[in-house]
Formats: sequence, structure tokens, C-alpha cells
Amino acid sequence: MRVIAAMSGGVDSSVAAARLVDAGHEVVGVHLALSKAAAAAGGTKGCCTLDDARDARRIADHLGIPFYVWDLSDRFREAVIDDFLAEYERGRTPNPCIRCNERIKFAAVLERALAMDFDAVATGHYARIVQGPAGPELHRAVDPAKDQSYVLGVLGRAQLEHTLLPLGGDVKEAIRAEAAERGLLVARKPDSHDICFIPDGDTAAFVRSRVDSAPGDIVDAVSGEVIGHHEGAHSFTIGQRRGLGLRVPAEDGAPRYVVDVDIVTSTVRVGAPELLDVDRIEGENPTWTGTPLGAEETSLAVQVRAHGAAVPARVRVEDDRLVVDLESPIRVLAAGQSVVVYDDSRVVGSATVDRTHRVVAA
Amino acid sequence: MSSRVYLDHAATTPMLPQARAAWIAESERAGNPSSLHASGRRRRQVVEEARESIAALLNVRPSAIVFTSGGTEADNLAVKGLFWAERQARGATTILSSSVEHHAVLDPLVWLEQEQAASVEWLPVDGLGRVSVDDVLTRLAGSDPVALCTVMWANNELGTVQPVQRIADACRAAGVPFHTDAVQALGHVPMDLGALGATAVTISSHKLGGPFGVGALILDPTRAATPVLHGGGQERDVRSGTLDAPAIAAFAVAVEHAVRGQEQRAQHLIALREHLRNGVAAAVPGAVVNGDLGTGPDERLPGNLHVSFPGCEGDLLLMLLDAAGIDCSTGSACTAGIPEPSHVLLAMGADEATARSSLRFSLSESSSREDVDAVIAALPGVVERAARAGSVAGRTG
Repeated sequence: MRVIAAMSGGVDSSVAAARLVDAGHEVVGVHLALSKAAAAAGGTKGCCTLDDARDARRIADHLGIPFYVWDLSDRFREAVIDDFLAEYERGRTPNPCIRCNERIKFAAVLERALAMDFDAVATGHYARIVQGPAGPELHRAVDPAKDQSYVLGVLGRAQLEHTLLPLGGDVKEAIRAEAAERGLLVARKPDSHDICFIPDGDTAAFVRSRVDSAPGDIVDAVSGEVIGHHEGAHSFTIGQRRGLGLRVPAEDGAPRYVVDVDIVTSTVRVGAPELLDVDRIEGENPTWTGTPLGAEETSLAVQVRAHGAAVPARVRVEDDRLVVDLESPIRVLAAGQSVVVYDDSRVVGSATVDRTHRVVAA
Repeated sequence: MSSRVYLDHAATTPMLPQARAAWIAESERAGNPSSLHASGRRRRQVVEEARESIAALLNVRPSAIVFTSGGTEADNLAVKGLFWAERQARGATTILSSSVEHHAVLDPLVWLEQEQAASVEWLPVDGLGRVSVDDVLTRLAGSDPVALCTVMWANNELGTVQPVQRIADACRAAGVPFHTDAVQALGHVPMDLGALGATAVTISSHKLGGPFGVGALILDPTRAATPVLHGGGQERDVRSGTLDAPAIAAFAVAVEHAVRGQEQRAQHLIALREHLRNGVAAAVPGAVVNGDLGTGPDERLPGNLHVSFPGCEGDLLLMLLDAAGIDCSTGSACTAGIPEPSHVLLAMGADEATARSSLRFSLSESSSREDVDAVIAALPGVVERAARAGSVAGRTG
């Protein structure tokens, strides 16, 4: 096969590319330049710094494959960063990595690759593509600690048919060991965790400086009493406990959490953690890795954050919306996050959370 | 990889065997050209013979040759050095330049503007990428004293030759120093720097078949230029730094080859270039050749062909040709590995998509008809795939 290997300069995508070369594929390495600012600033964190581009180039040299940098920074800004800010503006908490997979890596890059007669795009994500009776299926990685099937839950069958994920059958330690064995100079490079376009990790400051935000009140969710003030509602996320700056302690002395953010009135409501319990999730824009679910309720499992477990739920589709009734409540879920539906290890589909039902009404 | 078709000689061209021989011979000796002992004098002799050879070939005095680490340093020395000297001598702060200069001139100018209170007047170019002499004359006659005028001899992307003789004449008449970056022009057009009468001219070794890391600013010995590099006072105190005798010896060999073979080379290259131009037009009907289609030495560099492929991205064309065994260039600069649209095409009035859709093929005397035919054969399939990739580019997200 002719394969474009997306090479971030990290351990995982390097080993993924190396394995494809070993398997006899015709591999071309591509580093995605997603943020010109990060490259120009010469930062060392994030996923598209000069160091990372250099590392990716040197890995490609080592593997003896052609290497190019594709500038997708304009597209990335529109499809991922602007979307990220627009979601915060609506009072939601988006997951930009999922948008990037949906709109950049497995869209812009894949389409470009196919147009140029490549057969597939490969990444270093930890998940598995398994040939099922009806076509390719997306499954969890064997390493539960690294499993990234959640952030790939937005992929459809047409994308899965042209995607290679060479690492899903191994644990991270094995990949690091393999990188060292292969003599790849990135073998000891730390994992990246931050949002790549916020290299300092301060998401709240990033949002605050780019979204018009009015100061407002922090209100007790039960009593309605004003107990504090804030500089802007957009940088608060449901479930947040730190950084509230409250002087008045709760009556029972228990910690208080953000339970609701009202962007229109710039009001942040806080209360006891029980107020965060959710028993029903509704999601918009569902996507399916294979056959879509229908109106009939199916007992499956859902996962609502990248590093979390799936929980049992009854799932159905109503008016093109995913409706999830949880068998037992989960604590904390902000709109804008993704809910991914699993059938055992297989990803069924995903949707963007836009409404939740709380067990206890505030 | 050995059978690759290399059509990127404007980026760099392989070292000539005779230049390599000169470098190797000189690299076996000891001695710093500035040392006073026999070994040093021996080294100095090599440098001075190289200087005299280059000076004779270009019709200037040996003392005009200031050896540098290459074209970029020579451009920086000319632009900054002449600006600083003229500002100090006459209080002049205006610089005239074209909007299509190489980054080695462009970026020092922008820096002088931002950091040194220079005021740069950017001369526009026409649809062929050429500045107008009338524009130069008008600005020289303006009320602001002009510290420096710098216009490249020939453009590195489009191959467009600028009217440097008339600009040099105009500047001399106005008493304004004139610098020209002749990195792309040397060896490809007749070059008599004595007749040109410019204040400063930049040349570079590796574009001629000499080694990397050496070049020269040919600087009128009667003109002051403020140094950029301070140190041991070599090169009449304008450019400090130990002289790289082996590289300079090989550079002189390459200059000799470039100058002596110029006319014959130009004929060979024009024939080959026209064959490529016709072949591309026949193979890809939508392709647009940019720049001056003339074949004269004051029109276009003989070895340059610059083509836009509407609907395609130059980067992808380059990548697909690369896979087909052909080395060429998009012609534009790279910032941190990220390709930028060509500032030259933008200055010529092209939109950003066109400015990103181009390829530069640059030939040398070692290029063959087989090389050119390989490009012509590969292009239709490459363009088709790049156009498909271009048509999906706008859809996502």
C-alpha cells in the first residue's frame, strides 16, 4: 500500500511509521504544521514546535522515507481553534483533539492523500481497526491506560477503510522499548498531554484573552444567594472546584463545585457535588463507525471523557439526536464534550453532548 | 536515488571537479592567511591570487573583492553597511528597493525599517516581475535623500532580469550607492562589473559549482561600508574573520568557469529551457509560464522556467515529482519548514492560490534533454493528482 504516515515527532507516530516500512508499505512521512505561532515562537511544548518537526524529519531520515511538512494551520485555526472558542462562547467545554481528528487528520489529510493515489493514512493512535463481517470496526486498544478509541469515535466507515493504526495491539511500554531497540532518538521523549495550541496549558487564560466575557456573580445553586464574583463566565467549566475564589464557606463546610454556567446572565452557580450527578445525556450530530443505531433502545455502554471507563446505558436515536439513559448516574458532564458509545470493545458511534439531565434539580 | 533528475540548480549546483581539486589541494596545507610566517604568506598568496582572478574576470580592481561566508552575508553587509555609512555621512535614511528581492536583502531591509528607523520605498514590479527605471528616477529625484538603492540583477524565482545597468547609471548620476544581488545572474548573463559601475555586487560560490560557505561582496574600494562583523580586521576592515583559503581558491575556479563559459552555456540552456516550456505547454494545457518569455540576457535567465498549475498546490506537485525521481522547487522561501506563498508572484499581482501553485525548474549546463523529457513525461499524471487533492482541499471542516 501507499501510505501517508502522520508524524508528530513523538514516540508513537515514529514507531507506527517504522512498522509500516517494515511491513513493506510505500510510506511517506508528513508532519502537520498546525500552528504557525507555536513554530515561530520556538516553543518546546505542544505538538507542532520546531523541535517536533525536526524530530519527525530525523525519524523519516532514519527510516529512509520521504518527508514533508504540510501547512494546515489556516484550516486548523478555522476548524479547530475557532470552533474551540465558539464553543466556549456558548458556555460549552469542547474537546479540540476530537475536532482535529474529525476535521484535519482524518478529513483534510486523508482526502488529500486519497486524491494523490495514496491508499491510507496512518497515525500513532492507540486503537485497533478490526475487519468485521460488515467492514472495518474501530476497537479499543489492548492497553487500557493508553486507549484512544474515544478521540477517534467520530470516524465513519469510509474513513476507517483508509486508516491504519499500527499500535493498538501493544502497550505503551512495549512501544517505547521498540523505539529504543530501533534506535529512534525520540524513544525517551515524554508524552504530550496539553492542548497543542495552548502550550502553557492555561486553557482558562487562553479563553479569557480571546472571548469577550462580562464579569458576573457566583451564586449558591440552591439558595440563590450571591456568594462571590468572577471576571468572566467563559473560563468556568462544570465540575470545576478550584479557582472560584470564594470567601464565604459552605454551611456544611463541604467543597463547592461549579454546577451551572449561564453565559447570558454571566452567572456561575455553585453547589454540592451531588448536584452534578447526571442520569440522561442527549447528544447532537451523531456519527457512526458502521450501522447507525435506531429509535429502538439498545443496552450498550458510553464513555464521556478521554480517560474514563464506559458505563452501562440504554441508547437510542430520536430526531437525529443520541439519547442516553444511564443505568447509574455519572458525576460531572459539561456540554460540548463527546459521548462515545461502545459495544464491549467496539466503538459504535459518538455525539456531542448538548443537554444533560441532573438527578437532583438545583 | 542515483538516477534522479536534478532540476534545482538555482538552489545549488554540484561542485565542479576542478573546484573540488583546488579545494582539496589547498586543504592539505597549514597556515592562516593573516599569519606573517612562510606558511601564512603561502596561504595569503592563494587568497590574493583568487582575488585577482575573480577581479580580472569581472573587470574590477582586486581591492574591490570582499570575501564573505556567502550570498546572505554579502547582502547583509551591503544593505546594512552602506545604509549605516550613508546615514552617518549624509543623514540619508531612505532606501529604494524592489518588492521581489531575495530574503537575504528583503529581511535586512525590513529589519532596518523596524529597528533602525530606515524608510524603505518598495519599487513595484510589472506583470513580468520587473521594476521600472522611471520609478527609480522619480524617487531619486524626490525630496528625501536616498541612502542606498538595491535591486537584484536577476530574480531567483522567475528569472526576470532587472534593468541594472540603467539603474546603476541613474544612481551614479544622483550620487546614490547602488547594490545588486547578482547571485543568480553570474555565469548566466554577460557580466562586466567595471562597465556596470555599481557600488556593491553580491556573488556566491555554490551557485556556480564552487563550495558552500563562501561568497563575495564586490565593493567599490572608495566607498565606506560599516562592518557587520567586527574582529581581526581582515578584508580591509570591512569583514573580519579568518579567510577560508581552500574555499576561496575553489570559489575562484568556479567563477572562472562561470564567466568563461557563459555564452555557450546560455545557448545550451535556452534551447533546453524552450524545449521544456513547449513540452510543459503540450503536456499540461492549463499550465501558465510566468515571467519574461524573452530569451535575451536582459530579459530572462536562460536556465529558468517558472510555471503555475492552476488548481494545484506547488508543495504537492513538488512531492509527487519527488516521488517520480525529479527534484525541483516551488521557488518560494520556507519559514520554519512551513511553505509560504511566493512574495514575488504576490508582488506581480497574483492571488495567493496562484502564488502557491507554482514550480521552478532551473537547469544547468549538465542538464540533458533526457532530464527535461522525464519532467514532461511525469507532469500530466502529477498535475492530475495534485489537482484532485486541490479540489478536496476546500471542502472539509
